[in-house]
Amino acid sequence: MKILSIENISLSFGGLNVLSDVSFDVNKGEIFAIIGPNGAGKTSILNIISGFYGPEKGKVFFNGKDLSHIHADKRAALGMGRTFQNIALYHGMSVLDNIKLGAHTHLKTGLMSGLWYWGKAHKEEMELRKKIEKDIIDFLEIESIRKQPVSSLAYGLQKRVELARALAMRPKVLLMDEPVAGMNAEETEDMARFILDIKEEYNITIVLIEHDMKMIMDISDRVLVLNFGRALTHGTPKEVQKHPEVIAAYLGQKKAETMEKG
Amino acid sequence: MHIGDFKETYSSDQAVFINATSRFWLGVLFAVLFLFPFVAGDYLLFMANLAGITIIGAVGLNILTGFTGLISLGHAAFIGVGGYTAAILSTRFDLPFLLCLPLSGLMAAFFGIIVGGPSLRLKGLYLCIATLAAQLILEFVFVHWESLTGGIRGMNISPPQIFGYVLDNDFKFYFVTLVMVILCVTFARNLFRTRVGRAFIAIRDRDISAELMGINLLQYKTYAFALSSFMAGISGCLWVNFLKTVTPEHFPLMESVRYLAMVIVGGMGSILGSILGAIFMTIVPELISTFLGFLVNIFPTAMSFLFPLQQVIFGLLIVIFLVFEPHGLAEIWRRIKNYFHLWPFEH
Repeated sequence: MKILSIENISLSFGGLNVLSDVSFDVNKGEIFAIIGPNGAGKTSILNIISGFYGPEKGKVFFNGKDLSHIHADKRAALGMGRTFQNIALYHGMSVLDNIKLGAHTHLKTGLMSGLWYWGKAHKEEMELRKKIEKDIIDFLEIESIRKQPVSSLAYGLQKRVELARALAMRPKVLLMDEPVAGMNAEETEDMARFILDIKEEYNITIVLIEHDMKMIMDISDRVLVLNFGRALTHGTPKEVQKHPEVIAAYLGQKKAETMEKG
Repeated sequence: MHIGDFKETYSSDQAVFINATSRFWLGVLFAVLFLFPFVAGDYLLFMANLAGITIIGAVGLNILTGFTGLISLGHAAFIGVGGYTAAILSTRFDLPFLLCLPLSGLMAAFFGIIVGGPSLRLKGLYLCIATLAAQLILEFVFVHWESLTGGIRGMNISPPQIFGYVLDNDFKFYFVTLVMVILCVTFARNLFRTRVGRAFIAIRDRDISAELMGINLLQYKTYAFALSSFMAGISGCLWVNFLKTVTPEHFPLMESVRYLAMVIVGGMGSILGSILGAIFMTIVPELISTFLGFLVNIFPTAMSFLFPLQQVIFGLLIVIFLVFEPHGLAEIWRRIKNYFHLWPFEH
């Protein structure tokens, strides 16, 4: 079943064609990876799905619903989670507050009840805390850092907090922009395990961009290959690896051979 | 003796005053604030009222600039809107003080929302210039709409009354100021324990990711402007009722700059910082001039250069504070508190 359909998306910045006529579907419950060389338009696609850019042509459908006229902040409420390539945490807040912020669209406290706080707002905050502790902090193993300011954390942990914040959004689809970029082997393995767990336990569909080919081929169900704003091919990791154009454009002959073996 | 914090519920983990020690000191603070006017002289009472009114204004500006990251150079003008609204409502329409208070706040909030409108498009220094324009326009209106504001001469109002009780001196007014300061500070602190406050900080830190997290930027920036200028309006209303007069020269551009300085010296994004900053900027110039007055008594001939020195020393103090603690007085306070946290057994 399709949860996300991208139909004939085109985008250009000035004279530069970033995306031309890209179409693909993401099925419910799968891990869908987008790969391609730098500048292929991967992040632009995520930004279009999130609603940060409006495409010049084409449409995005989410659960069958046309998103063309739905503003970015409303898409979060529909169930679209996001993590960023360059960590976009809020440095003035603690880990806990960053995660709580992810739940923004699920909370109801308004300006007036927030100023008053006692009663409804307090109750809501306590329920939120309980839920976050159980479902997210425990799950991602970040109990020990929950009170720390995010700016004091190591890079790998910041990435994990960002994932925690995205989970607090209770998304149906999670868009992840390079979740393991800049991580060491151990951190990468942890993150890959978390991504698989999120898919299994929370039944969240994941769309991710990554350069780490080993991880992509290991965990993703289907892969889309972009090159210069065009979709080269898509299919299972095995099919994609054998595709001659992909080998020429991206993987390189030698790399493809080693992957075949290993 | 305090040996550590152990909590059993999330509610106690997220309390503002987290243990018995801090609640005890809060009680002491309230007691001191309540008893203060019974022992203080006229001059101290006057200063306390002034500081209290300034605190409300500073908390308002900190919500906008410190927490939401929207720099405003028009804060004094919003205080002025509150002040003029209070004066006009009480002289022309004979409205009671307790009604003027929220109405002044609402009027200022209304102007704040209009001025905040462009903030969706304008950021940083550009927004700063837009609010500067608002300051200048409102100042112009205060001076030139003579039929409404009384022009340069301004307006005089009679002492405020609460249920027939006339607040005709600084002693009586002190309690009104105190209650309003406690309310504003409490509400502001509460707000930052909920999703609205978190959204403000998120907008300051990363507005794009805040939007993708589901925060409506226009809505929350408007909230920030409205709340900030509402508090400015309350501060203005108190100010006018305290001095029983209002003239345009109370709300110049320099006053806006002074409020920004309070927020920066006190600590951006800290409610406590607004309080400390406001007290610092109100009390310290007085302390300096008292000190210089003392020096003049000893060296009468030094008078001519000692008095201009007042501003220089004050400026120097601000620079020194910022160099040693860029995060403001609130951070210095936090460090002192940490030192005494488990005192005398630190480890």
